[in-house]
Amino acid sequence: MDILGYDFMTNALLGALFAAITAGLAGTYIVSRRMVFLGGGITHASFGGIGIGYFFGFNPIVGASLFGVASALCVEYLSVRQKIREDSAIGILWALGMATGIIFIYLTPGYAPDLMGYLFGSLLTISTGDIVALGVLSLVLISYFTVFYRTLMYISYDETYARTYSSSVSIFKYITTALVALAVVLNIRMAGIILVLSLLTIPPNIAMIFTSSYLKIIIGSIIVGFAGTVTGLVISYFINIPTGATIVFVLALIWIISKLLRGWVEKRW
Amino acid sequence: MTVILEMRSLSAGYGTRNVLDNVNFKVFENDFIGVIGPNGGGKTTLLKVILGVLKPTGGELIMGDGIDKSTIGYLPQISTGDNSFPLSVLDVVLSGLMIHKSPGTRFSADEKRRAGDLLEELGLKEYSRSQLKELSGGQLQRVFLARAIIGNPRLLLLDEPGSFVDTAFEKSFHDKLKELNGKMTILMVSHDIGTISAHVKSFACVNGSLHYHPSSEITNEQLRAYRCPIQLITHGEVPHTVLKNH
Repeated sequence: MDILGYDFMTNALLGALFAAITAGLAGTYIVSRRMVFLGGGITHASFGGIGIGYFFGFNPIVGASLFGVASALCVEYLSVRQKIREDSAIGILWALGMATGIIFIYLTPGYAPDLMGYLFGSLLTISTGDIVALGVLSLVLISYFTVFYRTLMYISYDETYARTYSSSVSIFKYITTALVALAVVLNIRMAGIILVLSLLTIPPNIAMIFTSSYLKIIIGSIIVGFAGTVTGLVISYFINIPTGATIVFVLALIWIISKLLRGWVEKRW
Repeated sequence: MTVILEMRSLSAGYGTRNVLDNVNFKVFENDFIGVIGPNGGGKTTLLKVILGVLKPTGGELIMGDGIDKSTIGYLPQISTGDNSFPLSVLDVVLSGLMIHKSPGTRFSADEKRRAGDLLEELGLKEYSRSQLKELSGGQLQRVFLARAIIGNPRLLLLDEPGSFVDTAFEKSFHDKLKELNGKMTILMVSHDIGTISAHVKSFACVNGSLHYHPSSEITNEQLRAYRCPIQLITHGEVPHTVLKNH
């Protein structure tokens, strides 16, 4: 049985590769900066864009990208400039986006096609457009993180100190946050709004069990993310269960096994 | 004597509240100034203004010839960074060179060697690959000192460096500062004159205003006149031990 013989499988594998790259880079950034909650906010706020996309008849992912990036920048802006607590700002935008999405989907006449795909993910029906978007974002993120590796790492580690030597800290933060938001939103196709955050957070956490070098965490997350996604994809294909959920399940399982393995090795040696 | 920094009628603060008001102050080359004063009196604000992270609300800050952000080293009071961040000690020291770099440039092997040498001088050679979370408070303080001096600054700003230094290393820490003072001007904020009076050459009392005292000898009367409400107790051999008012 050659599952690669199907076009949708080749598409899904390419999608999995680009998803692993984007989620690995963006995920390492948000996990090491303790911004996972922001990731959750971006994901859910982007649902507003999906609803508006349905209502006005354009690609919901475009709407989601605009909403995701705008809400992420909004959180950065509100918490820095307006002295609103970051977690509160995230909580408000999170709910506002979901509410907007629900209202517009309700107002959209007829049935909203593939709504479940956005909520739970549908890797197997990923379109060429989605793959191109993820591929371009992968290239952008790889170049951005390669060129500005130390700059980004040092700002993430100690923003206050970074401000003593650089006047471009805020610009870097806004650009990185926007790129992270795009990575989150484009990965919605993989695991859906409900599960996408785990694609970003579990792989870096697995890598961090074995290494504490920023670069190795990035590389490790990409490898683990890709391996977990492909494994989940194959399992879900053969036993006919939802792909997004299976991928997340596999990743969580790898995390648990890694944790146990590390504990066992430390005890033994 | 060369003036490397001058404040003229300088005011600075947060929002509408001025913490520093009408400060006139000259920093001379190779001075070692102990900055003292009560909490909230403006010691850290003074450093922020010099670092350029806080803009004065009035007056002027004039940098001497060849002095700018890139020739100032800074040791913050507390680590504002996340010590569980995946970053090695050596990387943290190297970040002190970022001021000389445009975003996106890399460090040379020579710069990495310099960071390693500095860690060795500060007794942290075996920790260069360690994570910050594996270090004690005093060791961290030395890492941040290395970060502050790796760029060979002409002016070194230290904010409460004594607060975490372990007793075992305290003497060598102060010896190191003395050695550094041969190469650079030092401005050291401390609430503990007891430990610093043996090293500084002068005092700056900061409590809204700033009074410069061009000697390392300071008495209770002078402190009162400068509106620095700290009590100075002298015993035997130790020239000055200072306790805060209770």
